[in-house]
Amino acid sequence: MVPLSYYLVLSGILFACGVLGFLIKRNIITIFMSIELMLNGVNLSFVAFAAQWHALSGQVFVFFVMVVAAAESAVGLAIIIAVYRTRQTLNVDQINLLKL
Amino acid sequence: MTPNLNLWLIPVLPLIGAALNGFFGKRLTREAVAIVALAFSGATFGLALFVAARFSLLDLPHVEIVAQWIRAGNFRADFAFYLDQLSLVMLLVVTGVGLLIHIYSVGYMWEEGGFYRYFSYLNLFMFFMLTLVLANNYLLMFIGWEGVGLASYLLIGFFFLRDSAASAGKKAFIVNRVGDFGFLIALFLLIKHFGSLDFEQVFQHVSSLNPETVGAGLLTAIGLLLMVGAAGKSAQLPLYVWLPDAMEGPTPVSALIHAATMVTAGVYMIARSHVIFERAPIALTVVAIIGTLTALFAATIGIAQTDIKKVLAYSTISQLGYMFMACGVAAFSAAIFHLMTHAFFKGLLFLAAGSVIHAIGGEQDMRKMGGLKDKIPWTFWTMTAGTVAIAGIPPLAGFFSKDEILWRAYQASWAYWLIGLFTAFLTSFYMFRLWFMTFTGSYRGATEDQHSASRAGPSIVAQGRSAPRGHGGIHESPSVMLVPLVILAVLSIIGGWIGIPGSMGGGNHFDKFLAPVFRTSTPSLNAQHVAAGEIAPPEKQTEGPEPQTSRATELIFTGISVFAALLGFVFAAILYYLRPELPQEIAHALGGFYKTVANKYYVDELYAILFVNPVVDGSRRILWQGVDEGVIDATVNDSADGARHVSDTVRQMQSGNIRSYAGWVALGAAVVIAYMVWMGTR
Repeated sequence: MVPLSYYLVLSGILFACGVLGFLIKRNIITIFMSIELMLNGVNLSFVAFAAQWHALSGQVFVFFVMVVAAAESAVGLAIIIAVYRTRQTLNVDQINLLKL
Repeated sequence: MTPNLNLWLIPVLPLIGAALNGFFGKRLTREAVAIVALAFSGATFGLALFVAARFSLLDLPHVEIVAQWIRAGNFRADFAFYLDQLSLVMLLVVTGVGLLIHIYSVGYMWEEGGFYRYFSYLNLFMFFMLTLVLANNYLLMFIGWEGVGLASYLLIGFFFLRDSAASAGKKAFIVNRVGDFGFLIALFLLIKHFGSLDFEQVFQHVSSLNPETVGAGLLTAIGLLLMVGAAGKSAQLPLYVWLPDAMEGPTPVSALIHAATMVTAGVYMIARSHVIFERAPIALTVVAIIGTLTALFAATIGIAQTDIKKVLAYSTISQLGYMFMACGVAAFSAAIFHLMTHAFFKGLLFLAAGSVIHAIGGEQDMRKMGGLKDKIPWTFWTMTAGTVAIAGIPPLAGFFSKDEILWRAYQASWAYWLIGLFTAFLTSFYMFRLWFMTFTGSYRGATEDQHSASRAGPSIVAQGRSAPRGHGGIHESPSVMLVPLVILAVLSIIGGWIGIPGSMGGGNHFDKFLAPVFRTSTPSLNAQHVAAGEIAPPEKQTEGPEPQTSRATELIFTGISVFAALLGFVFAAILYYLRPELPQEIAHALGGFYKTVANKYYVDELYAILFVNPVVDGSRRILWQGVDEGVIDATVNDSADGARHVSDTVRQMQSGNIRSYAGWVALGAAVVIAYMVWMGTR
């Protein structure tokens, strides 16, 4: 059996990749995908713990996360399309109306 | 049970007048303001006369408690009024002279701005002065004492647009604080040791104590502190400096507050506290010495002044010195007698001087007067009466009171008498100098069409007149101003007759009238004094027939003082009438000394170096630039600056860049997780 720590390290790597991608990428779509990556990193640790402790609640929670992620990507992609339509770009550095 | 006279009405009436004029005067016409002010001061005088008429029916001292004021433990002070012979005299002087000066002011101030404000202040002054005079405890007296100081400040600074008037007001107020400080400490000592400020209780306690002949004790301390207070209010050495500057106020104010009434409050206070002073011979001696020196000192300055009001101001200080000298030799009734006659003739002199100033359009420099005798005859004759009265020439008022003081001073010590006599000579000299310079010779002022030009120039003239008036040359004052002058002149002439001493065949009624107030001195006092080698205040209140030799001696001394007064007249006549060029030569010959005297012995400059400049510099360098700017402002500014710097730095995080936010979130999360991991593995 694969030890829990392997899963957790992989989960951490996935999450860190997500964070890194979120921080350094300029394209909204890529950022969006980085977010999904972080979510999946978290999901992996959930199921790993659930399997380790034989507790179903972790598995259930993963379904919740996937449902929310699906809803989120639906809304998020819609927003991205709306943004692209108005600004003709997906570069976050140029979408800076909130900036001082 | 003595009848209730409702004494509280006496001070309250002017207060109502002050309130009416103060709150509504701006909307009233000048006539209405004048009517309000005169009605209330007139009613006050009427009440005072009513009280005087009922006086013989009273059990003295007559106390009326109006309302409870302070009850704290065993200590109590009430709104209560105290009437005895002494308060009655003061009451009549204050209300009588006050009413006359109110009437005069209507004419004098008619053209001035702030007419209602003036009368409001004047009535306010009457309220406080009457409170002071009628109070039955030191605390209420102190309220009046401070109140007259306030009214004085307001009225000195009446022409507040003039910087000199504003600073003169401040000077008066601040110098008085020094004296009030002493007075206040004396009150604290009274509370601490006698548990009361009520006159009757304090004096009862004190009466049971022995005179402090050798060494100083509690009563000496209280006496000296009271004297500090009195010296401040009554402009004695070394606190007299405010009074000459107080002449910046309107002339009727100088007459009422700075000659007739307020400045005599110190004399009244000491006379009222005579029980304390009689048991504190050292304090009494200090009073006498200060009074004597002040009399001489101020008189010498008065000689060299050229401003007509300044001469009168120094004369006032000098005469107050006489009163203190009388108090100091325990001749309290003589002091009050002189206080009363002085109120008449000095009030008259100031009002007449005001009339002169009025007549020639605001000029106060005597060098620019002269020859006014025929142009303003009423003023001339009334001023003559005042001058002769103050010079001490019989049978006018000043003669009797001054002679009484000199005689009593001689009984205490020949030194007092000698200085007093010399001062009498100086008094006569400077007053006749004023008289000759103002009324005789030829007019030295600007001609009529040059009036406005001379007023615009940087002369030493204190210009009260804000707006140029339609000034039709030298003219006599209106009758509303002349009537008070005439009444005061009559009082100056006959006012002394109630105190003609026994040696001149009079009954000295005034002394006998006041005798019950000052009778309570201990019989053992005199003997102990002599035993201790102290100056013995004369105990005998001229009751009963005096020995024939003493009477003859008294007459001789009277002759000497009259001679001194006449000598002053002759000198003044020679110098300022017959040979007007002589004073210049004498001044030239005296050189530095004359300059010193003309500059008032540089006392103001000395005080500036000793007290004013250190305070101003200390305030500026330490309190302002050091504490205020260095500590308080710096704390506020630096904390604000610090907040801005921190904010400037922290603000960099809020760039509006989503990814930098995310970075911060990630960093924060990392820190939190690291912390938790660290805590968990520990």
